[in-house]
Amino acid sequence: MVSPSFAIQTTGLRKAFGDNVAVRGLTLEVPAGEVFGFLGPNGAGKTTSIKMLLGLVAPTAGTGQVLGAPVGDRAARTQVGFLPEHFRFHDWLTAEEFLTLHGRLYNMPAPRLRARLSDLLERVGLMSFRRKTLRTFSKGMLQRIGLAQALINDPALVFLDEPTSGLDPVGRRLVRDIIRDLRARGTTVFLNSHLLSEVEITCDRVAFIKHGEVVHLSPLKTLLEGETRVTVRAGRLTPEILAGLAGLGRDMRADGSQVTLTIEGEAALPGLARYLVEQGAELYALTPQRLALEDLFIQIVGTDGGL
Amino acid sequence: MATFTIMRLTFLEAARRRIALAAFLLGIAFLALFAIGFHFMRTETGLPTSEDPGTTLLRSQVFNFLGQMGLYAVNFLTIAMGALVSADTLAGEIASGTIQALVTKPVRRAEIVLGKWLGFAVLLAVYLTLMDGGLMAAVYLQSGYVFPNIGTGLLLTYLETLVVMTLTLACSSTFSTLATGGIVFGMWGLAFIGGFVEQVGALLNNATAVNIGIVSSLILPTEAVFRRAQYAMMSPVARSLGFSAGPLLVVSVPSLAMVIYAALYLLAWLALAVRQFNRRDL
Ligand SMILES: Nc1ncnc2c1ncn2[C@@H]1O[C@H](COP(=O)(O)OP(=O)(O)OP(=O)(O)O)[C@@H](O)[C@H]1O
Ligand SMILES: [Mg+2]
Repeated sequence: MVSPSFAIQTTGLRKAFGDNVAVRGLTLEVPAGEVFGFLGPNGAGKTTSIKMLLGLVAPTAGTGQVLGAPVGDRAARTQVGFLPEHFRFHDWLTAEEFLTLHGRLYNMPAPRLRARLSDLLERVGLMSFRRKTLRTFSKGMLQRIGLAQALINDPALVFLDEPTSGLDPVGRRLVRDIIRDLRARGTTVFLNSHLLSEVEITCDRVAFIKHGEVVHLSPLKTLLEGETRVTVRAGRLTPEILAGLAGLGRDMRADGSQVTLTIEGEAALPGLARYLVEQGAELYALTPQRLALEDLFIQIVGTDGGL
Repeated sequence: MATFTIMRLTFLEAARRRIALAAFLLGIAFLALFAIGFHFMRTETGLPTSEDPGTTLLRSQVFNFLGQMGLYAVNFLTIAMGALVSADTLAGEIASGTIQALVTKPVRRAEIVLGKWLGFAVLLAVYLTLMDGGLMAAVYLQSGYVFPNIGTGLLLTYLETLVVMTLTLACSSTFSTLATGGIVFGMWGLAFIGGFVEQVGALLNNATAVNIGIVSSLILPTEAVFRRAQYAMMSPVARSLGFSAGPLLVVSVPSLAMVIYAALYLLAWLALAVRQFNRRDL
Protein backbone atom coordinates (compact mmCIF):
# COMPACT_ATOMS: atom_id res chain seq x y z
CA MET A 1 0.00 0.00 0.00
CA VAL A 2 1.30 3.44 -0.91
CA SER A 3 1.44 5.44 2.25
CA PRO A 4 -0.86 8.41 1.88
CA SER A 5 0.32 11.73 3.26
CA PHE A 6 -2.79 12.00 5.40
CA ALA A 7 -3.66 9.21 7.79
CA ILE A 8 -7.12 10.66 8.28
CA GLN A 9 -9.09 13.05 6.13
CA THR A 10 -12.74 13.87 6.69
CA THR A 11 -15.21 16.30 5.22
CA GLY A 12 -18.42 17.15 7.02
CA LEU A 13 -18.66 13.80 8.74
CA ARG A 14 -21.97 13.79 10.58
CA LYS A 15 -23.81 11.44 12.87
CA ALA A 16 -27.30 11.84 14.19
CA PHE A 17 -28.93 9.33 16.54
CA GLY A 18 -32.55 10.16 15.82
CA ASP A 19 -32.94 13.81 16.79
CA ASN A 20 -29.75 13.83 18.75
CA VAL A 21 -26.89 15.11 16.60
CA ALA A 22 -23.77 13.58 18.11
CA VAL A 23 -21.34 14.88 15.49
CA ARG A 24 -22.47 17.89 13.51
CA GLY A 25 -19.85 18.01 10.83
CA LEU A 26 -16.30 16.90 11.35
CA THR A 27 -13.76 18.24 8.89
CA LEU A 28 -10.29 17.17 9.78
CA GLU A 29 -6.90 16.29 8.34
CA VAL A 30 -4.34 14.33 10.28
CA PRO A 31 -0.97 13.95 8.55
CA ALA A 32 0.66 10.55 8.71
CA GLY A 33 3.05 10.19 11.61
CA GLU A 34 1.42 12.81 13.79
CA VAL A 35 0.30 12.41 17.37
CA PHE A 36 -3.06 14.09 17.24
CA GLY A 37 -4.98 15.13 20.34
CA PHE A 38 -8.74 15.15 20.09
CA LEU A 39 -10.15 17.17 22.95
CA GLY A 40 -13.57 18.31 23.95
CA PRO A 41 -16.09 18.20 26.78
CA ASN A 42 -18.18 15.15 27.67
CA GLY A 43 -20.69 14.36 24.99
CA ALA A 44 -18.88 16.47 22.39
CA GLY A 45 -18.87 13.54 20.00
CA LYS A 46 -15.28 12.37 20.30
CA THR A 47 -16.04 8.69 20.69
CA THR A 48 -18.71 8.83 18.01
CA SER A 49 -16.18 10.42 15.64
CA ILE A 50 -13.67 7.64 16.29
CA LYS A 51 -16.40 5.06 15.76
CA MET A 52 -17.26 6.56 12.40
CA LEU A 53 -13.62 6.51 11.36
CA LEU A 54 -13.45 2.83 12.32
CA GLY A 55 -16.66 1.80 10.62
CA LEU A 56 -18.40 0.92 13.90
CA VAL A 57 -21.00 3.59 13.29
CA ALA A 58 -22.27 4.59 9.87
CA PRO A 59 -22.06 8.36 9.20
CA THR A 60 -25.36 10.08 8.47
CA ALA A 61 -23.60 12.39 6.02
CA GLY A 62 -20.13 13.41 4.92
CA THR A 63 -17.13 11.48 3.73
CA GLY A 64 -13.87 10.39 5.21
CA GLN A 65 -10.73 8.50 4.39
CA VAL A 66 -8.58 6.47 6.70
CA LEU A 67 -5.15 5.51 5.39
CA GLY A 68 -6.30 6.43 1.92
CA ALA A 69 -9.40 4.20 1.95
CA PRO A 70 -13.00 5.18 2.60
CA VAL A 71 -14.03 4.98 6.28
CA GLY A 72 -14.94 1.46 7.30
CA ASP A 73 -12.82 -0.16 4.58
CA ARG A 74 -11.92 -3.65 5.65
CA ALA A 75 -8.46 -3.89 4.08
CA ALA A 76 -7.38 -0.59 5.65
CA ARG A 77 -8.24 -1.95 9.09
CA THR A 78 -5.30 -4.35 8.76
CA GLN A 79 -3.14 -1.29 9.51
CA VAL A 80 -5.32 0.16 12.24
CA GLY A 81 -5.34 -0.42 15.99
CA PHE A 82 -8.09 0.58 18.41
CA LEU A 83 -8.44 0.78 22.15
CA PRO A 84 -12.15 1.32 22.89
CA GLU A 85 -13.29 3.76 25.53
CA HIS A 86 -14.96 1.07 27.60
CA PHE A 87 -12.29 -1.60 27.06
CA ARG A 88 -14.64 -4.55 27.62
CA PHE A 89 -13.22 -7.80 26.34
CA HIS A 90 -14.01 -11.52 26.42
CA ASP A 91 -13.05 -11.99 30.04
CA TRP A 92 -13.04 -15.77 29.92
CA LEU A 93 -9.88 -15.66 27.79
CA THR A 94 -6.41 -15.55 29.28
CA ALA A 95 -4.22 -12.57 28.41
CA GLU A 96 -2.26 -14.71 25.99
CA GLU A 97 -5.34 -16.19 24.34
CA PHE A 98 -6.87 -12.75 24.04
CA LEU A 99 -3.88 -11.30 22.20
CA THR A 100 -3.60 -14.41 20.05
CA LEU A 101 -7.25 -14.13 19.05
CA HIS A 102 -6.90 -10.52 18.00
CA GLY A 103 -3.62 -11.20 16.21
CA ARG A 104 -5.33 -13.98 14.28
CA LEU A 105 -8.14 -11.66 13.33
CA TYR A 106 -5.44 -9.40 11.87
CA ASN A 107 -4.26 -12.44 9.90
CA MET A 108 -0.83 -12.28 11.47
CA PRO A 109 1.49 -15.19 10.73
CA ALA A 110 1.92 -17.34 13.85
CA PRO A 111 5.65 -16.78 14.47
CA ARG A 112 5.34 -13.02 14.17
CA LEU A 113 2.30 -13.05 16.42
CA ARG A 114 4.11 -15.08 19.05
CA ALA A 115 7.08 -12.71 19.11
CA ARG A 116 4.88 -9.64 19.17
CA LEU A 117 2.74 -11.11 21.96
CA SER A 118 5.67 -11.57 24.34
CA ASP A 119 7.06 -8.14 23.51
CA LEU A 120 3.78 -6.44 24.22
CA LEU A 121 2.99 -8.39 27.38
CA GLU A 122 6.40 -7.34 28.64
CA ARG A 123 5.84 -3.77 27.54
CA VAL A 124 2.52 -3.32 29.33
CA GLY A 125 3.83 -5.10 32.41
CA LEU A 126 1.53 -8.12 32.28
CA MET A 127 4.04 -10.85 31.45
CA SER A 128 3.50 -12.63 34.75
CA PHE A 129 -0.27 -12.55 34.22
CA ARG A 130 -0.26 -14.03 30.75
CA ARG A 131 -1.94 -17.27 31.82
CA LYS A 132 -4.59 -15.55 33.94
CA THR A 133 -8.07 -14.96 32.60
CA LEU A 134 -9.09 -11.37 32.02
CA ARG A 135 -11.91 -11.86 34.53
CA THR A 136 -9.31 -11.71 37.29
CA PHE A 137 -7.84 -8.45 35.95
CA SER A 138 -8.27 -5.06 37.56
CA LYS A 139 -9.55 -2.12 35.53
CA GLY A 140 -6.07 -0.80 34.85
CA MET A 141 -4.80 -4.25 33.89
CA LEU A 142 -7.66 -4.54 31.41
CA GLN A 143 -6.77 -1.21 29.90
CA ARG A 144 -3.17 -2.30 29.60
CA ILE A 145 -4.05 -5.54 27.85
CA GLY A 146 -6.43 -3.54 25.65
CA LEU A 147 -3.56 -1.30 24.69
CA ALA A 148 -1.45 -4.33 23.81
CA GLN A 149 -4.34 -5.55 21.68
CA ALA A 150 -4.44 -2.22 19.84
CA LEU A 151 -0.75 -2.51 19.01
CA ILE A 152 -0.50 -6.22 18.26
CA ASN A 153 -0.44 -5.72 14.47
CA ASP A 154 2.11 -2.93 14.53
CA PRO A 155 -0.48 -0.52 13.16
CA ALA A 156 0.21 2.51 10.99
CA LEU A 157 -2.63 4.32 12.74
CA VAL A 158 -3.88 3.75 16.24
CA PHE A 159 -6.98 5.17 17.89
CA LEU A 160 -6.76 5.48 21.66
CA ASP A 161 -10.02 6.52 23.27
CA GLU A 162 -9.04 7.72 26.74
CA PRO A 163 -6.25 5.18 27.12
CA THR A 164 -5.26 6.22 30.64
CA SER A 165 -8.68 6.62 32.26
CA GLY A 166 -8.09 3.59 34.47
CA LEU A 167 -4.35 3.76 34.94
CA ASP A 168 -2.15 4.53 37.92
CA PRO A 169 0.65 7.12 37.56
CA VAL A 170 3.10 4.42 36.49
CA GLY A 171 0.66 3.20 33.88
CA ARG A 172 0.13 6.73 32.60
CA ARG A 173 3.80 7.26 32.19
CA LEU A 174 3.95 3.92 30.40
CA VAL A 175 1.33 5.08 27.92
CA ARG A 176 3.25 8.31 27.38
CA ASP A 177 6.39 6.33 26.66
CA ILE A 178 4.54 4.02 24.32
CA ILE A 179 3.12 6.98 22.42
CA ARG A 180 6.58 8.49 22.16
CA ASP A 181 7.91 5.22 20.75
CA LEU A 182 5.04 5.07 18.31
CA ARG A 183 5.82 8.56 17.11
CA ALA A 184 9.47 7.67 16.68
CA ARG A 185 8.42 4.77 14.47
CA GLY A 186 6.20 6.96 12.35
CA THR A 187 2.89 5.62 13.65
CA THR A 188 -0.02 8.03 13.57
CA VAL A 189 -1.75 8.29 16.94
CA PHE A 190 -5.26 9.62 17.33
CA LEU A 191 -5.53 10.31 21.02
CA ASN A 192 -8.72 11.15 22.80
CA SER A 193 -8.09 12.14 26.39
CA HIS A 194 -9.33 14.33 29.19
CA LEU A 195 -5.97 14.27 30.90
CA LEU A 196 -4.64 17.46 29.46
CA SER A 197 -1.25 17.35 31.15
CA GLU A 198 -0.71 14.16 29.22
CA VAL A 199 -1.89 15.64 25.95
CA GLU A 200 0.46 18.53 26.56
CA ILE A 201 3.40 16.19 26.78
CA THR A 202 2.55 13.81 23.96
CA CYS A 203 0.67 15.57 21.18
CA ASP A 204 1.95 17.41 18.14
CA ARG A 205 -1.34 19.02 17.35
CA VAL A 206 -4.67 19.26 19.08
CA ALA A 207 -8.22 19.85 17.98
CA PHE A 208 -10.90 21.06 20.33
CA ILE A 209 -14.37 19.94 19.45
CA LYS A 210 -17.69 21.00 20.80
CA HIS A 211 -21.10 19.78 19.73
CA GLY A 212 -19.38 17.63 17.16
CA GLU A 213 -17.54 20.39 15.38
CA VAL A 214 -13.92 21.45 15.43
CA VAL A 215 -13.84 24.82 17.19
CA HIS A 216 -10.09 25.18 17.40
CA LEU A 217 -7.17 23.39 15.85
CA SER A 218 -3.51 24.24 16.16
CA PRO A 219 -0.08 22.88 16.89
CA LEU A 220 0.43 22.48 20.59
CA LYS A 221 3.50 24.71 20.56
CA THR A 222 1.76 27.83 19.28
CA LEU A 223 -1.17 27.06 21.51
CA LEU A 224 0.97 27.28 24.61
CA GLU A 225 2.98 30.31 23.55
CA GLY A 226 1.83 33.87 24.06
CA GLU A 227 0.61 35.56 27.18
CA THR A 228 2.10 34.36 30.40
CA ARG A 229 1.24 35.03 34.00
CA VAL A 230 4.28 35.77 36.13
CA THR A 231 4.72 35.59 39.86
CA VAL A 232 7.26 37.96 41.38
CA ARG A 233 8.56 37.52 44.90
CA ALA A 234 10.61 40.51 46.06
CA GLY A 235 11.45 42.68 49.08
CA ARG A 236 11.43 46.46 49.31
CA LEU A 237 8.57 46.87 46.90
CA THR A 238 7.76 50.55 47.21
CA PRO A 239 4.48 51.93 45.86
CA GLU A 240 6.53 53.60 43.12
CA ILE A 241 8.04 50.32 42.06
CA LEU A 242 4.63 48.68 42.09
CA ALA A 243 3.20 51.44 39.96
CA GLY A 244 6.02 51.02 37.46
CA LEU A 245 5.55 47.26 37.49
CA ALA A 246 1.88 47.66 36.66
CA GLY A 247 2.93 49.49 33.51
CA LEU A 248 5.00 46.50 32.34
CA GLY A 249 2.07 44.12 32.26
CA ARG A 250 -1.58 43.98 33.08
CA ASP A 251 -3.97 42.53 35.63
CA MET A 252 -1.43 43.04 38.35
CA ARG A 253 -2.21 41.83 41.81
CA ALA A 254 0.03 42.62 44.76
CA ASP A 255 -0.03 40.80 48.07
CA GLY A 256 2.79 41.83 50.37
CA SER A 257 6.01 40.63 48.85
CA GLN A 258 4.22 38.62 46.16
CA VAL A 259 3.01 40.14 42.93
CA THR A 260 1.39 38.45 39.95
CA LEU A 261 0.83 39.99 36.56
CA THR A 262 0.30 38.98 32.97
CA ILE A 263 3.01 39.77 30.41
CA GLU A 264 3.08 39.57 26.62
CA GLY A 265 5.32 36.54 26.47
CA GLU A 266 8.57 35.05 27.74
CA ALA A 267 10.53 37.76 25.91
CA ALA A 268 9.36 40.32 28.43
CA LEU A 269 10.90 38.49 31.40
CA PRO A 270 14.49 39.89 31.31
CA GLY A 271 13.17 43.45 31.12
CA LEU A 272 11.00 42.80 34.13
CA ALA A 273 13.95 41.51 36.15
CA ARG A 274 16.19 44.41 35.09
CA TYR A 275 13.54 46.95 36.11
CA LEU A 276 13.13 45.46 39.57
CA VAL A 277 16.87 45.29 40.24
CA GLU A 278 17.51 48.79 38.92
CA GLN A 279 14.75 50.18 41.12
CA GLY A 280 16.35 48.66 44.19
CA ALA A 281 13.89 45.86 44.89
CA GLU A 282 15.31 42.62 46.31
CA LEU A 283 14.31 39.98 43.80
CA TYR A 284 13.89 36.49 45.25
CA ALA A 285 11.92 34.79 42.51
CA LEU A 286 10.50 35.46 39.09
CA THR A 287 8.31 32.55 37.99
CA PRO A 288 6.46 32.45 34.68
CA GLN A 289 3.37 30.24 34.86
CA ARG A 290 2.68 28.85 31.47
CA LEU A 291 -0.97 28.97 30.65
CA ALA A 292 -1.92 25.37 31.16
CA LEU A 293 -3.85 23.48 28.51
CA GLU A 294 -6.64 23.22 31.01
CA ASP A 295 -7.12 27.00 31.03
CA LEU A 296 -7.04 27.00 27.26
CA PHE A 297 -9.55 24.22 27.18
CA ILE A 298 -11.94 26.23 29.29
CA GLN A 299 -11.24 29.38 27.30
CA ILE A 300 -11.91 27.65 24.00
CA VAL A 301 -14.66 25.28 24.91
CA GLY A 302 -16.31 27.33 27.62
CA THR A 303 -17.51 26.25 31.02
CA ASP A 304 -20.96 25.29 29.83
CA GLY A 305 -19.27 22.05 28.84
CA GLY A 306 -21.25 21.91 25.64
CA LEU A 307 -23.85 19.65 27.18
CA MET B 1 -10.62 -17.81 7.81
CA ALA B 2 -12.00 -15.35 10.36
CA THR B 3 -15.21 -17.40 10.30
CA PHE B 4 -13.34 -20.38 11.73
CA THR B 5 -11.52 -18.25 14.28
CA ILE B 6 -14.89 -17.04 15.54
CA MET B 7 -16.29 -20.57 15.44
CA ARG B 8 -13.45 -21.80 17.62
CA LEU B 9 -14.01 -18.84 19.93
CA THR B 10 -17.62 -19.95 20.29
CA PHE B 11 -16.50 -23.42 21.36
CA LEU B 12 -14.06 -21.93 23.83
CA GLU B 13 -16.75 -19.67 25.24
CA ALA B 14 -19.13 -22.59 25.71
CA ALA B 15 -16.42 -24.44 27.56
CA ARG B 16 -15.08 -21.54 29.63
CA ARG B 17 -18.42 -20.16 30.67
CA ARG B 18 -19.40 -23.67 31.76
CA ILE B 19 -22.33 -23.66 29.36
CA ALA B 20 -21.22 -26.93 27.84
CA LEU B 21 -20.71 -28.45 31.28
CA ALA B 22 -24.14 -27.38 32.50
CA ALA B 23 -25.81 -28.76 29.38
CA PHE B 24 -23.83 -31.97 29.67
CA LEU B 25 -24.69 -32.52 33.34
CA LEU B 26 -28.33 -31.73 32.70
CA GLY B 27 -28.27 -34.18 29.81
CA ILE B 28 -26.71 -36.94 31.92
CA ALA B 29 -29.31 -36.38 34.64
CA PHE B 30 -32.07 -36.54 32.07
CA LEU B 31 -30.75 -39.71 30.45
CA ALA B 32 -30.35 -41.39 33.83
CA LEU B 33 -33.90 -40.47 34.75
CA PHE B 34 -35.16 -41.71 31.44
CA ALA B 35 -33.27 -45.01 31.70
CA ILE B 36 -34.68 -45.64 35.17
CA GLY B 37 -38.17 -44.66 34.10
CA PHE B 38 -37.93 -46.87 31.06
CA HIS B 39 -36.79 -49.76 33.23
CA PHE B 40 -39.80 -49.51 35.52
CA MET B 41 -42.25 -48.99 32.69
CA ARG B 42 -40.87 -52.12 31.07
CA THR B 43 -40.83 -54.34 34.14
CA GLU B 44 -43.60 -53.17 36.40
CA THR B 45 -46.51 -52.46 34.14
CA GLY B 46 -47.40 -56.02 33.32
CA LEU B 47 -45.77 -55.85 29.93
CA PRO B 48 -44.90 -59.39 28.82
CA THR B 49 -41.15 -59.85 29.14
CA SER B 50 -40.79 -63.23 27.51
CA GLU B 51 -39.65 -63.53 23.96
CA ASP B 52 -43.06 -64.81 23.03
CA PRO B 53 -43.36 -63.96 19.33
CA GLY B 54 -46.97 -63.08 19.88
CA THR B 55 -46.08 -60.12 22.07
CA THR B 56 -43.22 -58.71 19.99
CA LEU B 57 -45.50 -56.32 18.19
CA LEU B 58 -47.08 -55.01 21.36
CA ARG B 59 -43.69 -54.71 23.03
CA SER B 60 -42.09 -52.74 20.20
CA GLN B 61 -45.19 -50.57 20.13
CA VAL B 62 -44.77 -49.67 23.77
CA PHE B 63 -41.01 -49.18 23.51
CA ASN B 64 -41.45 -46.87 20.57
CA PHE B 65 -44.05 -44.88 22.44
CA LEU B 66 -41.85 -44.46 25.51
CA GLY B 67 -38.83 -43.66 23.36
CA GLN B 68 -40.75 -41.02 21.44
CA MET B 69 -41.66 -39.36 24.71
CA GLY B 70 -37.98 -39.24 25.59
CA LEU B 71 -37.04 -37.91 22.15
CA TYR B 72 -39.61 -35.20 22.54
CA ALA B 73 -38.10 -34.13 25.86
CA VAL B 74 -34.57 -34.20 24.40
CA ASN B 75 -35.78 -32.10 21.51
CA PHE B 76 -37.17 -29.54 23.90
CA LEU B 77 -33.95 -29.51 25.89
CA THR B 78 -31.84 -29.03 22.77
CA ILE B 79 -34.01 -26.24 21.46
CA ALA B 80 -33.86 -24.48 24.80
CA MET B 81 -30.06 -24.82 24.89
CA GLY B 82 -29.69 -23.51 21.36
CA ALA B 83 -31.97 -20.56 22.01
CA LEU B 84 -30.34 -19.72 25.35
CA VAL B 85 -26.81 -19.51 24.01
CA SER B 86 -27.67 -17.77 20.75
CA ALA B 87 -30.01 -15.22 22.34
CA ASP B 88 -27.15 -13.57 24.17
CA THR B 89 -24.41 -14.00 21.63
CA LEU B 90 -24.75 -10.87 19.48
CA ALA B 91 -27.05 -8.84 21.74
CA GLY B 92 -24.84 -9.50 24.75
CA GLU B 93 -21.62 -8.63 22.97
CA ILE B 94 -23.15 -5.45 21.60
CA ALA B 95 -24.49 -4.45 25.01
CA SER B 96 -21.22 -5.10 26.81
CA GLY B 97 -19.08 -3.64 24.05
CA THR B 98 -16.89 -6.71 23.56
CA ILE B 99 -17.98 -6.67 19.94
CA GLN B 100 -16.10 -3.41 19.29
CA ALA B 101 -12.63 -4.89 19.38
CA LEU B 102 -13.80 -7.71 17.08
CA VAL B 103 -15.52 -5.80 14.29
CA THR B 104 -12.74 -3.22 14.04
CA LYS B 105 -10.40 -5.98 12.95
CA PRO B 106 -10.08 -6.60 9.20
CA VAL B 107 -12.99 -9.05 9.23
CA ARG B 108 -16.39 -8.88 7.61
CA ARG B 109 -19.27 -8.60 10.01
CA ALA B 110 -20.85 -11.49 8.14
CA GLU B 111 -17.89 -13.65 9.12
CA ILE B 112 -18.62 -12.97 12.77
CA VAL B 113 -22.27 -13.96 12.39
CA LEU B 114 -21.44 -17.05 10.33
CA GLY B 115 -18.66 -18.06 12.70
CA LYS B 116 -21.02 -17.95 15.64
CA TRP B 117 -23.73 -19.74 13.69
CA LEU B 118 -21.34 -22.52 12.68
CA GLY B 119 -20.09 -22.82 16.24
CA PHE B 120 -23.58 -23.25 17.63
CA ALA B 121 -24.55 -25.60 14.78
CA VAL B 122 -21.65 -27.91 15.63
CA LEU B 123 -22.34 -27.73 19.37
CA LEU B 124 -26.00 -28.54 18.82
CA ALA B 125 -25.13 -31.44 16.52
CA VAL B 126 -22.84 -32.90 19.16
CA TYR B 127 -25.39 -32.37 21.91
CA LEU B 128 -28.28 -33.83 19.94
CA THR B 129 -26.24 -36.83 18.89
CA LEU B 130 -25.12 -37.51 22.44
CA MET B 131 -28.58 -37.07 23.90
CA ASP B 132 -30.66 -38.90 21.33
CA GLY B 133 -27.89 -41.47 20.93
CA GLY B 134 -27.82 -41.97 24.70
CA LEU B 135 -31.56 -42.28 24.83
CA MET B 136 -31.71 -44.81 22.00
CA ALA B 137 -28.87 -46.73 23.61
CA ALA B 138 -30.81 -46.83 26.89
CA VAL B 139 -33.81 -48.25 25.06
CA TYR B 140 -31.76 -50.74 23.06
CA LEU B 141 -29.66 -52.00 25.94
CA GLN B 142 -32.71 -52.69 28.06
CA SER B 143 -35.07 -54.00 25.46
CA GLY B 144 -33.22 -54.65 22.24
CA TYR B 145 -35.59 -52.29 20.48
CA VAL B 146 -34.23 -50.22 17.59
CA PHE B 147 -36.09 -47.20 16.23
CA PRO B 148 -36.82 -47.17 12.50
CA ASN B 149 -35.31 -44.48 10.23
CA ILE B 150 -32.98 -43.10 12.88
CA GLY B 151 -30.94 -41.13 10.34
CA THR B 152 -33.91 -39.32 8.83
CA GLY B 153 -35.46 -38.74 12.21
CA LEU B 154 -32.32 -37.24 13.72
CA LEU B 155 -31.61 -35.06 10.71
CA LEU B 156 -35.10 -33.63 10.85
CA THR B 157 -34.82 -33.05 14.58
CA TYR B 158 -31.50 -31.32 13.97
CA LEU B 159 -33.08 -29.16 11.30
CA GLU B 160 -35.67 -28.05 13.81
CA THR B 161 -33.09 -27.05 16.41
CA LEU B 162 -31.13 -25.20 13.73
CA VAL B 163 -34.24 -23.28 12.74
CA VAL B 164 -34.82 -22.10 16.31
CA MET B 165 -31.15 -21.26 16.82
CA THR B 166 -30.96 -19.26 13.57
CA LEU B 167 -34.14 -17.36 14.34
CA THR B 168 -32.75 -16.52 17.77
CA LEU B 169 -29.44 -15.36 16.31
CA ALA B 170 -31.26 -13.10 13.86
CA CYS B 171 -33.32 -11.51 16.63
CA SER B 172 -30.16 -11.16 18.71
CA SER B 173 -28.56 -9.09 15.96
CA THR B 174 -31.29 -6.48 16.35
CA PHE B 175 -32.91 -6.74 19.77
CA SER B 176 -31.66 -7.07 23.32
CA THR B 177 -31.13 -10.49 24.85
CA LEU B 178 -34.33 -10.28 26.82
CA ALA B 179 -36.47 -9.12 23.89
CA THR B 180 -34.94 -11.86 21.76
CA GLY B 181 -35.89 -14.45 24.35
CA GLY B 182 -39.44 -13.11 24.47
CA ILE B 183 -39.88 -13.09 20.70
CA VAL B 184 -38.48 -16.57 20.16
CA PHE B 185 -40.39 -18.07 23.04
CA GLY B 186 -43.58 -16.41 21.84
CA MET B 187 -43.15 -17.67 18.29
CA TRP B 188 -42.30 -21.13 19.48
CA GLY B 189 -45.41 -21.18 21.65
CA LEU B 190 -47.48 -20.06 18.68
CA ALA B 191 -46.11 -22.86 16.51
CA PHE B 192 -46.69 -25.36 19.32
CA ILE B 193 -50.35 -24.42 19.79
CA GLY B 194 -50.83 -24.17 16.03
CA GLY B 195 -49.41 -27.66 15.57
CA PHE B 196 -51.70 -29.01 18.24
CA VAL B 197 -54.74 -27.36 16.66
CA GLU B 198 -53.75 -28.86 13.32
CA GLN B 199 -53.58 -32.38 14.74
CA VAL B 200 -56.89 -32.12 16.53
CA GLY B 201 -58.39 -30.62 13.38
CA ALA B 202 -57.09 -33.51 11.32
CA LEU B 203 -58.50 -35.98 13.82
CA LEU B 204 -61.90 -34.31 13.64
CA ASN B 205 -61.67 -33.62 9.91
CA ASN B 206 -61.89 -29.89 10.49
CA ALA B 207 -60.28 -28.08 7.54
CA THR B 208 -60.16 -24.67 9.26
CA ALA B 209 -58.23 -26.06 12.21
CA VAL B 210 -55.79 -27.80 9.87
CA ASN B 211 -55.27 -24.56 7.97
CA ILE B 212 -54.58 -22.67 11.19
CA GLY B 213 -51.89 -25.23 11.90
CA ILE B 214 -50.38 -24.85 8.46
CA VAL B 215 -50.28 -21.08 8.76
CA SER B 216 -48.59 -21.32 12.15
CA SER B 217 -46.09 -23.73 10.63
CA LEU B 218 -45.31 -21.17 7.99
CA ILE B 219 -44.61 -18.60 10.69
CA LEU B 220 -42.30 -21.02 12.48
CA PRO B 221 -41.96 -24.50 10.96
CA THR B 222 -40.48 -26.16 14.04
CA GLU B 223 -43.40 -28.29 15.16
CA ALA B 224 -44.09 -29.40 11.61
CA VAL B 225 -40.52 -30.55 11.07
CA PHE B 226 -40.40 -32.32 14.40
CA ARG B 227 -43.67 -34.09 13.70
CA ARG B 228 -42.20 -35.34 10.48
CA ALA B 229 -39.19 -36.55 12.44
CA GLN B 230 -41.51 -38.36 14.83
CA TYR B 231 -43.39 -39.82 11.95
CA ALA B 232 -40.16 -41.17 10.46
CA MET B 233 -39.19 -42.88 13.70
CA MET B 234 -42.69 -44.12 14.45
CA SER B 235 -43.31 -47.85 14.47
CA PRO B 236 -44.71 -49.05 11.12
CA VAL B 237 -47.84 -50.36 12.81
CA ALA B 238 -48.71 -47.02 14.35
CA ARG B 239 -48.02 -45.41 11.07
CA SER B 240 -50.36 -47.72 9.21
CA LEU B 241 -53.04 -47.02 11.79
CA GLY B 242 -52.86 -43.42 10.74
CA PHE B 243 -51.59 -41.97 13.99
CA SER B 244 -49.56 -42.73 17.03
CA ALA B 245 -50.49 -42.14 20.59
CA GLY B 246 -47.20 -40.38 21.15
CA PRO B 247 -46.87 -37.23 23.21
CA LEU B 248 -47.86 -35.31 20.14
CA LEU B 249 -50.52 -36.57 17.86
CA VAL B 250 -49.23 -37.22 14.39
CA VAL B 251 -52.34 -37.41 12.30
CA SER B 252 -51.59 -34.83 9.69
CA VAL B 253 -48.06 -35.57 8.52
CA PRO B 254 -46.30 -32.45 7.30
CA SER B 255 -45.29 -32.77 3.67
CA LEU B 256 -41.78 -32.84 2.28
CA ALA B 257 -42.51 -29.35 0.98
CA MET B 258 -42.71 -28.23 4.60
CA VAL B 259 -39.21 -29.60 5.21
CA ILE B 260 -37.87 -27.74 2.20
CA TYR B 261 -39.69 -24.66 3.41
CA ALA B 262 -38.03 -25.02 6.82
CA ALA B 263 -34.59 -25.20 5.21
CA LEU B 264 -35.25 -22.07 3.15
CA TYR B 265 -36.75 -20.42 6.21
CA LEU B 266 -33.52 -21.07 8.08
CA LEU B 267 -31.41 -19.60 5.28
CA ALA B 268 -33.62 -16.53 5.12
CA TRP B 269 -33.18 -15.83 8.84
CA LEU B 270 -29.44 -16.37 8.54
CA ALA B 271 -29.30 -13.85 5.69
CA LEU B 272 -31.39 -11.45 7.75
CA ALA B 273 -29.08 -11.88 10.74
CA VAL B 274 -26.10 -10.91 8.57
CA ARG B 275 -27.94 -8.00 6.99
CA GLN B 276 -29.14 -6.57 10.29
CA PHE B 277 -25.76 -6.94 11.93
CA ASN B 278 -24.10 -5.28 8.94
CA ARG B 279 -26.28 -2.24 9.22
CA ARG B 280 -26.10 -1.80 12.91
CA ASP B 281 -24.21 0.93 14.76
CA LEU B 282 -22.09 -0.75 17.38
N1 LIG C 1 -25.66 4.87 20.47
C1 LIG C 1 -26.10 6.11 20.73
N2 LIG C 1 -27.40 6.40 20.67
C2 LIG C 1 -27.85 7.64 20.92
N3 LIG C 1 -27.06 8.67 21.25
C3 LIG C 1 -25.75 8.45 21.33
C4 LIG C 1 -25.20 7.16 21.08
N4 LIG C 1 -23.86 7.24 21.24
C5 LIG C 1 -23.60 8.52 21.57
N5 LIG C 1 -24.72 9.25 21.63
C6 LIG C 1 -24.83 10.69 21.93
O1 LIG C 1 -23.90 11.38 21.12
C7 LIG C 1 -23.28 12.41 21.82
C8 LIG C 1 -21.78 12.26 21.75
O2 LIG C 1 -21.38 11.11 22.44
P1 LIG C 1 -19.87 10.63 22.48
O3 LIG C 1 -19.83 9.35 23.21
O4 LIG C 1 -19.33 10.63 21.10
O5 LIG C 1 -19.19 11.78 23.34
P2 LIG C 1 -17.69 11.91 23.84
O6 LIG C 1 -17.18 13.18 23.26
O7 LIG C 1 -16.91 10.70 23.55
O8 LIG C 1 -17.92 12.12 25.37
P3 LIG C 1 -17.04 11.62 26.64
O9 LIG C 1 -15.98 12.63 26.83
O10 LIG C 1 -18.00 11.65 27.76
O11 LIG C 1 -16.52 10.25 26.34
C9 LIG C 1 -23.85 12.36 23.23
O12 LIG C 1 -24.86 13.34 23.31
C10 LIG C 1 -24.45 11.00 23.36
O13 LIG C 1 -25.59 11.05 24.17
MG1 LIG D 1 -16.03 9.28 24.70
